[in-house]
Amino acid sequence: MTATVSATAAPGVGPAAAVRPAARLSTAKPGGRRHLLSIADLDREGIEEILRLTDMFVEVSERPIPRVPALRGKTVVSLFFEDSTRTRLSFEMAAKRLSADTMSFSVSTSAVKKGESLRDTVETIEAMGIDAIVVRHSAAGVPWQIANWTEGAAVINGGDGWHEHPTQALLDCYTIRQQRGRLDGQRIAIVGDIRHSRVARSDVLAFTALGASVTLVAPPTLLPPTLAGWPVEVSHRLDEVLPSCDVVYLLRLQRERMQEALLPSLREYTATYGLTRQRARLLVPGALIMHPGPVNRGVEIAAEVADQPNSVITRQVRNGVAVRMAVLYLLLGSGVDLGV
Amino acid sequence: MAERERALAPPYGGLFVPRTKVMDPDDVKRAIWRMAHEIIERNHGTDRVVLIGLQTGGVPIGGRLAEAVDSVSGVMVPIGSLDVAFYRDDIGLRPVLPEAATHIPVDLTGKTVVLVDDVLFTGRTVRAALNALSDYGRARAVQLAVMVDRGHRELPIRPDYVGKNLPTRRDEMVDVSEEGVVLGDVMPR
Repeated sequence: MTATVSATAAPGVGPAAAVRPAARLSTAKPGGRRHLLSIADLDREGIEEILRLTDMFVEVSERPIPRVPALRGKTVVSLFFEDSTRTRLSFEMAAKRLSADTMSFSVSTSAVKKGESLRDTVETIEAMGIDAIVVRHSAAGVPWQIANWTEGAAVINGGDGWHEHPTQALLDCYTIRQQRGRLDGQRIAIVGDIRHSRVARSDVLAFTALGASVTLVAPPTLLPPTLAGWPVEVSHRLDEVLPSCDVVYLLRLQRERMQEALLPSLREYTATYGLTRQRARLLVPGALIMHPGPVNRGVEIAAEVADQPNSVITRQVRNGVAVRMAVLYLLLGSGVDLGV
Repeated sequence: MAERERALAPPYGGLFVPRTKVMDPDDVKRAIWRMAHEIIERNHGTDRVVLIGLQTGGVPIGGRLAEAVDSVSGVMVPIGSLDVAFYRDDIGLRPVLPEAATHIPVDLTGKTVVLVDDVLFTGRTVRAALNALSDYGRARAVQLAVMVDRGHRELPIRPDYVGKNLPTRRDEMVDVSEEGVVLGDVMPR
């Protein structure tokens, strides 16, 4: 529902008075879906609109008083069934900087301990009149399920199982664009535990949607059972990939999800797939080193490499707040529908 | 925000049909020239004056005002831009998206800020701008310069420098551009 454009010019009125398009995005349909569940729900235009809005919130974050009244009176609940430092704090900080109220739910101190089901938990929280739920859960699809149960609240996926972590991918896109100017044509290597990584799944979708080419580098045991339909190349040799990439994105080895012997030993993994000091020298000058955190120093990345100037790991965290402000504002404040 | 965007944005979406040319580019130039003189006169020079254009319509006018002030006084005053989307009181009532990032080049504490916009209508954008400004420091004074004051204020806000007072109907629209100032109607689609 974009405003139609017409060049109906009255006599004596110059062509510049003709109308230019106003709203790029359509207004939200009443009852329309207003969630962020997956990068797959966003097209290139949607991702770019979020990145454009992130620019504005980066500026807000740099102000002497980094807070705007945009979401006054809204309440954001973080519902985390899995441990998290940065995602939860980042969402809460983003909500506070938009003047929303925040509530935090952790499984260990809740009625979930008494056996309350997920559905009852969600309905209880929603009955209190909240506007958004940020969910993290170890099972894929939980945010989608919650979105089907809720009536008014927007649901934001803060990471579901091995499936997706959309705000991480958005902040990664923003960081790469900020550091390298654009995503188009960038060669990005995603290295490590692809199999268990929701970050990798969201990143592949987002990076390729914005025109980057992605190479996955991992031992066969740490790749998904099938890569059919993934718009990526695959390599098992990090040393061959590093000299020709613009961004190397290291993933955390998710030992808590490994129930079988997928690796001979951590030392062997580091020797073949870790970004050691020697290996970091293979990178072209200016190539970025990224990691979603938390970092296992000495496993997937050497401690001194993580602190190199071209490592943007802390910048990713800083940009995460602004990206999440953009997502919360789009879903709760803007009145526009990204089609998600 | 330029009035044209707002009028065309859903749910008010429609077509802008230009009707009367109110000011031609030379009229606009003369008005800017006069307002620049008035700004210097009122502030006894340009000391501590900062011009801040409201996104998007006020920004080009703010730039032209700064150039005119420079030509008259020989001093280029700091110019900034401000997007007030996150401060609007109609968030949730209509789509509100910022147009461009805010850029405030200096700490505003102790400065005389001249807010610049193309059209002054209900005064709600200016109200939002005043709130936004306070997050950048405590200005000594805030003044308001607009190319067109079209009336219909909903808040106790008045301009200090006016290019042209233009009586309008509420449902009309005023377009300010390089081509001058045009009064027209918004036709429903």
